[in-house]
Amino acid sequence: MTASSALLPRARRRGSWFTADRVTALLMLLPSVLAVAVFVYYFIGRTVYVSFTDWNQIRDSQNLNLKLVGWENYTKVFAQARFQTDFRNLVVFTTFFLSGCLALGLLLALLVDARVRGEAFFRSVYLFPMALSFIVTGVSWRWLFTPGNMPLDPTGINLLLHRAGLDFMQSAWITNAAVWPGIKTALLKTKLGIPLAIVPVVLAATWQMAGFTMAMYLAGLRSIGEELREAAIVDGATEWDVFRLIKLPLLRPVTLSAVIVLAHASLKIFDLVLTMTGGGPGNATEVPGILMYELTFKSNKIAQGSAVAVVMLLLIALLIIPYLWNTMRTELEQ
Amino acid sequence: MTAGLRRRRLQPGRLLLYALMSVLAVVFVAPVYLLVITSLKSFDQVSLSRMWDLPRGFSLDSFDRAWNGGEGVIGMRGSFWNSVRMALPATVISCFTGSLNGYVLSKWRFPGSNLLFAAILFGMFIPYQSVLVPLVDVLRELRLYGTINGLILTHVVYGIPITTLIFRNFYAGVPNEMVEASAIDGADFFGIYRHVMLPLSIPGFVVVAIWQFTSIWNEFLFGLIITNAPALRPVTVTLQNLSGSQYTQWNVQMAGALIVALPTLLVYMFLGRYFLRGMMAGALKG
Repeated sequence: MTASSALLPRARRRGSWFTADRVTALLMLLPSVLAVAVFVYYFIGRTVYVSFTDWNQIRDSQNLNLKLVGWENYTKVFAQARFQTDFRNLVVFTTFFLSGCLALGLLLALLVDARVRGEAFFRSVYLFPMALSFIVTGVSWRWLFTPGNMPLDPTGINLLLHRAGLDFMQSAWITNAAVWPGIKTALLKTKLGIPLAIVPVVLAATWQMAGFTMAMYLAGLRSIGEELREAAIVDGATEWDVFRLIKLPLLRPVTLSAVIVLAHASLKIFDLVLTMTGGGPGNATEVPGILMYELTFKSNKIAQGSAVAVVMLLLIALLIIPYLWNTMRTELEQ
Repeated sequence: MTAGLRRRRLQPGRLLLYALMSVLAVVFVAPVYLLVITSLKSFDQVSLSRMWDLPRGFSLDSFDRAWNGGEGVIGMRGSFWNSVRMALPATVISCFTGSLNGYVLSKWRFPGSNLLFAAILFGMFIPYQSVLVPLVDVLRELRLYGTINGLILTHVVYGIPITTLIFRNFYAGVPNEMVEASAIDGADFFGIYRHVMLPLSIPGFVVVAIWQFTSIWNEFLFGLIITNAPALRPVTVTLQNLSGSQYTQWNVQMAGALIVALPTLLVYMFLGRYFLRGMMAGALKG
């Protein structure tokens, strides 16, 4: 096969686009394309289909005999107090987790970027939780936020507060069933507000992902360059001006990427909540990921579970598709 | 804080900066401190009122119980090896799949290849809940349900988007002239791959291997759904069961958590730089 690479204009001039090498290239890509076509697109299609059927009890897998029932699974799921609670929790979790990670991540990045001694050490410390499994995080943070017998015989954080003489700050943490402010509406079967037991879960998730956010901001800060700052300082700007008027606007694309990644992780959240609270107390901290799992694999309400999965997928698609589209377009223009 | 940055000498602002960073570092380390000290305490030392105190003496009893099991605890030893048998082959296969895909999509572009790439990338973002039911069905048909091989296949397939992305971006940096020169010298598709691309892709392989190993080792949902027999569970699922049991002592749970964390923490400690690059690629910033 001499010099027949299709990369060469000569090959193109010869007419045939399908050189042996091009065919090989396509063949090498084919298994992956097929695998993704089946495992991503066909499976999603199948899940969407199942969500419109009556598969809500154990069936013989050889003879499923599914009947289409229209939107029934969706209307049933949406009407459940449990789904509404899970959706509320997802909104609350995402809001606090995102703001927490962005704020803490930016702060950490600015600190590490301030040309301190031991920068590498601090960076590694802030980043290491990223290497852990959510299950490990869940196990250790569950213990931190297990209240114990308040106020005199507490455990975890409460014990530290007790020793510091701050008994009044003790809380039931992951066992607190209260929702604040807990507004009842005529439309919804769940109380609106912040389920207090979700606060420790948000803290654990933030602990795990803030370092990642820091790393993204740090990469952004490093690309800004010193000259800009120095020029501004010479012109009489304070460090605060430099931050507010130069760095922050230039970091906007980083913030967008971070929001995408974090929101995406947040919408899928499952294992951390399962390990820390199991969705409890009651369903106070449950999220759609857990509901899908329990409906499908514990209660055999496979169609209803699929409906929840489709809702989760739509939420993520709303976030990801515009972003992917945008990224691809900018890349093509280059 | 920022006011202190103007001059680099140790002045109050500068001290404040260090103080703040140290406090944050302590907060970041605290949960792991708790894991370590608790797991090193012997059974008679596990008193809840002393949970933050350092252990008196050094005991590996909790690790022994978490690893080997006993008194109602299922040991993690079997699961640990399940995870090794799952994560290592899946990582190796993922690396080569991603590398080939990245090579084709960067150096052998064809009409529509960018669109195809975007379609592959989408797989990276889906919530896996949306594929679980058909996944279980298909694995059953293939007689792979409930097996380590089933888990390997699943992890390799859902790893295609990220590994392809990392390698594609990595190979985009290899000058086309090098590929063309090699082609003029008579190298074919595989010749160019072997003699030009592979020797240049060692860092790419390290990044992808670390990323895949860490994600697969830490993964929970597939492990939970695809394995039904306790004997075949990966380590995260066993830890979750261990921690869900009311009767397991805290020190055994903490030792179990450390056992799960150890491999990825070691990877992080020794290869942290590459770890970060994989993460950044996940943010589409290759």
